[in-house]
Amino acid sequence: MTSLLVIIVLVLLAVALWQLTKIFDLTQIAAKANNSQVANDKDNNIQGYLMFIFLAFIYILTIYGLIKWGHFVLSTPASAHGGLVDNLMNITWVLLFVVQTITQFLLHYFAFKYRGTKDKKALYFADNDKLEFIWSVIPAIVLAGLILYGLYAWTNIMFVDEKEEDVMIVEVYAQQFKWTARYSGEDDVLGKANVRYIEGINTLGVDLADPNAQDDKVTQELHLPKGKKVLFKFRSQDVLHSAYFPHFRAQMNCVPGMVTEFAFEPIYTTAEMRDMDFMKEKVANINVIRAKKSQELVAKGGQPLDPYTFDYLLLCNKICGSSHYNMQMKVVVDTPEDFKKWLAEKPTLIEEVKAANATPAETEAPAATQDSAKAQDTTAVAKAVAAK
Amino acid sequence: MSALAHDHGHDHDHSHDHDHGHEHHHKDTFITKYIFSIDHKMIAKQYLITGIIMGVIGVGMSMLFRMQLAWPEESFKVFSFFLGDHAPNGVMNNDMYLALVTIHGTIMVFFVLTAGLSGTFSNLLIPLQCGARDMASGFLNMISYWLFFTSSVIMVCSLFVEAGPASAGWTIYPPLSALPQAIGGSGAGMTLWLVSMAVFIASSLMGSLNYVVTVLNLRTKGMSMTRLPLTIWAFFITAIIGIISFPVLLSAALLLIMDRSFGTSFFLSDIYIAGEVLHYQGGSPVLFEHLFWFLGHPEVYIVILPAMGLVSEIMATNSRKPIFGYRAMIMSILAIAFLSTIVWGHHMFMSGMNPFLGSVFTFTTLLIAIPSAVKAFNWITTLWKGNLQMNPAMLYSMGFVSTFITGGLTGIILGDSTLDINVHDTYFVVAHFHLVMGISALYGMFAGIYHWYPKMFGRMLNKNLGYVHFWVTTVCAYGVFFPMHFIGLAGLPRRYYTNTAFPLFDELQDVNVLITLFALVGGAFQLVFLYNFFASIFFGKRAEQNPWRSTTLEWTAPVEHMHGNWPGEIPEVHRWPYDYSKPGHDDDFVPQHIPMKDGEEELHH
Repeated sequence: MTSLLVIIVLVLLAVALWQLTKIFDLTQIAAKANNSQVANDKDNNIQGYLMFIFLAFIYILTIYGLIKWGHFVLSTPASAHGGLVDNLMNITWVLLFVVQTITQFLLHYFAFKYRGTKDKKALYFADNDKLEFIWSVIPAIVLAGLILYGLYAWTNIMFVDEKEEDVMIVEVYAQQFKWTARYSGEDDVLGKANVRYIEGINTLGVDLADPNAQDDKVTQELHLPKGKKVLFKFRSQDVLHSAYFPHFRAQMNCVPGMVTEFAFEPIYTTAEMRDMDFMKEKVANINVIRAKKSQELVAKGGQPLDPYTFDYLLLCNKICGSSHYNMQMKVVVDTPEDFKKWLAEKPTLIEEVKAANATPAETEAPAATQDSAKAQDTTAVAKAVAAK
Repeated sequence: MSALAHDHGHDHDHSHDHDHGHEHHHKDTFITKYIFSIDHKMIAKQYLITGIIMGVIGVGMSMLFRMQLAWPEESFKVFSFFLGDHAPNGVMNNDMYLALVTIHGTIMVFFVLTAGLSGTFSNLLIPLQCGARDMASGFLNMISYWLFFTSSVIMVCSLFVEAGPASAGWTIYPPLSALPQAIGGSGAGMTLWLVSMAVFIASSLMGSLNYVVTVLNLRTKGMSMTRLPLTIWAFFITAIIGIISFPVLLSAALLLIMDRSFGTSFFLSDIYIAGEVLHYQGGSPVLFEHLFWFLGHPEVYIVILPAMGLVSEIMATNSRKPIFGYRAMIMSILAIAFLSTIVWGHHMFMSGMNPFLGSVFTFTTLLIAIPSAVKAFNWITTLWKGNLQMNPAMLYSMGFVSTFITGGLTGIILGDSTLDINVHDTYFVVAHFHLVMGISALYGMFAGIYHWYPKMFGRMLNKNLGYVHFWVTTVCAYGVFFPMHFIGLAGLPRRYYTNTAFPLFDELQDVNVLITLFALVGGAFQLVFLYNFFASIFFGKRAEQNPWRSTTLEWTAPVEHMHGNWPGEIPEVHRWPYDYSKPGHDDDFVPQHIPMKDGEEELHH
């Protein structure tokens, strides 16, 4: 089926090419005597018109894109600083569209208007200090504005004083191909950690002897309370990863051997976000697509897809290995009360380790399944290495 | 010195017999003429043809992985044919996807757009447009090409390594690129990648040193720096930033080789992988990012500046008008080159470096928009009230300005650290840099090929095939990269083997199919160019000496190539290179070697 499709496309391409060359050849009949392969007046004319048509193509593509694909763009940020980012983004976009529309018009219009003819002579116009001054200074002023706004926003977002501001500290831990979260507990201080402490179910390498680590809690889902600024500390145990929270306008690389930081305050709970009009529309749209795909899959004897419900996500956004495309974690924003309840139910790491040590036979199995996804990938790699 | 040595006065009486294997009295065997040639024109052609072959591989790869993105995990016969074991039952596997993306980037950036573009045209035009017999050192020039050829062969060989070629992205960030346990391609494939790049850098340095020395020392009489065509200015400055930045990549590559093979810890620390703690301690992957981008960012200007030079020259010739703001063009090349070395950090806003550095790099990065804007406005003004000759080279030059603006504008978003937070490493970046440095530089290269083909091969390219090639390519280029902005703004990360793991991205699938269709059609139509290029070498119409009625010195040299470029004296230069449509002259162009008339004014400064 697909090979047939490919053949059809290739044949059509060949025909299109043949016809196009023919059209251009036909336009040459009058000028047959002149076979110099240098553009003549006729070429100038046709190509000039085509340039103008191409301008229309650019404009139509832009408008079509905005209408048809505009709703894909992430909207309504779920974090406090997101509004600042989106505001700057929108200002920049307005500017870019204005400049793009004008410059593309001038370029293609001049190409059309001044297409050459034999008896015309171009204007000898080599220099004009005033013009050049104007178009150096205007971009400089506009950019100065953008730079200042950008720097103001950047400083507000990136510089967090843990001691003065009331922030909650959460560690996000990256490994091939999985995320884990660690909450700092009552004391709001994360226990020390290093890969050299990794043992058994202590997969994050927390120093269990550190007093600050005694109330730390490790979870597989990231829950955040609405309205509280969260300072994330990122670590990675193997390669570079990037913690990307698109809905929160937040991103930071996770670097082995380093602790990196990013802070944001969630302002909509998951439930509130699901309830927004644009989100309902988006989810409905996606579910139509998924239902259609499911039908196809079932017809082929496969499993249908689950319908989609919206959840905040944490994705890996720095190439990290074969399963990079599927390194994700569910993020849930709760009301502060729900969050407290959820966290209280979770055991501390110390309790988990103690339980695991008490019944060593039992716990080996879950620890193994936890890592099974990764184990598959690493065995594949190990095989490849062994093959050498 | 060797250039002077070739300044011999004998045997330049060429018959018009094209087969000149045995007509020379000095012993030019097939090997010294076509293989180990020290003639800059032959070396230029060698660069170009090697670059084109690498380009076919690079573009072919992009078509394969675009198919995977549009129809994820479906089976295709082409996959089994090209990828063999890496595509079991015709389904591309995830390691191979990353390998294709990695090698596509490497080949296109270094082998096609650095060596193929800058190598070809610097070699061809620097001696011819400066009025020199050859490069300052023909021998070094020959070595430079053969090192490039060697590195290309090594890179192509790395594709056949059992565990797959390098697959850590073209930026090869460690630890992923350092640890074979992390990804199969970081074994022998990565070793070959590093060796290939080390050889490539040596080649590039030898070429650049030669270009700089030639431009500074071997200009003909009367050719002051402010009478140089903008092409030469662009190549000259490109060579300088190459000399400044490539050695840094070499050191990064060497340190990475040390980490990989000799157990040092320059870039690695605290790693637990495949069930064990590795011994590395104290290194930093961020250091590698700094070293890489200290080259990596100037590299994009190494790619785009020569294209800018070519476009300026072609645009003036075909508009029959002087380039507008000659001095401003030179100043902006200098400004861009200077700024390009202090903006590398904008690739690293999210790397974990001190956010204060982010502020600094935002500032320097957005400054680059100013000289870039000046250039764009000057090109547009060059067209104004011109007498535009729509040769394929001219169309590609105008296409260059269009994509450079479209792609360059989104740079204002990416260069702003605040906005970069959410578009960093998404398809928005892919769309941006492909338009502004990929497609634009390719257009510059195509423009150069269409324009100087008569100089290189003594024959003309077919213009109608050229028109077909241009229009299909330009529609497809926008068709591929314009929609890509939208899926990037939806938060879709790059380098994902498939997007099906995220229901959120299901709605983007139709756009991905559209992009792939444009990419396949655009890629297929490059066959038109390849046919035109190779067929015209043998069957093209024979070229006149100055087919485009251009003013620069290369068109005063005879069509038939000869070692030493000009029979007899080297022409002396009396004017700047842009006297098109100058009032007071009969013709609409006055070549540089024509003396000034009595009382004629130099109008341009």
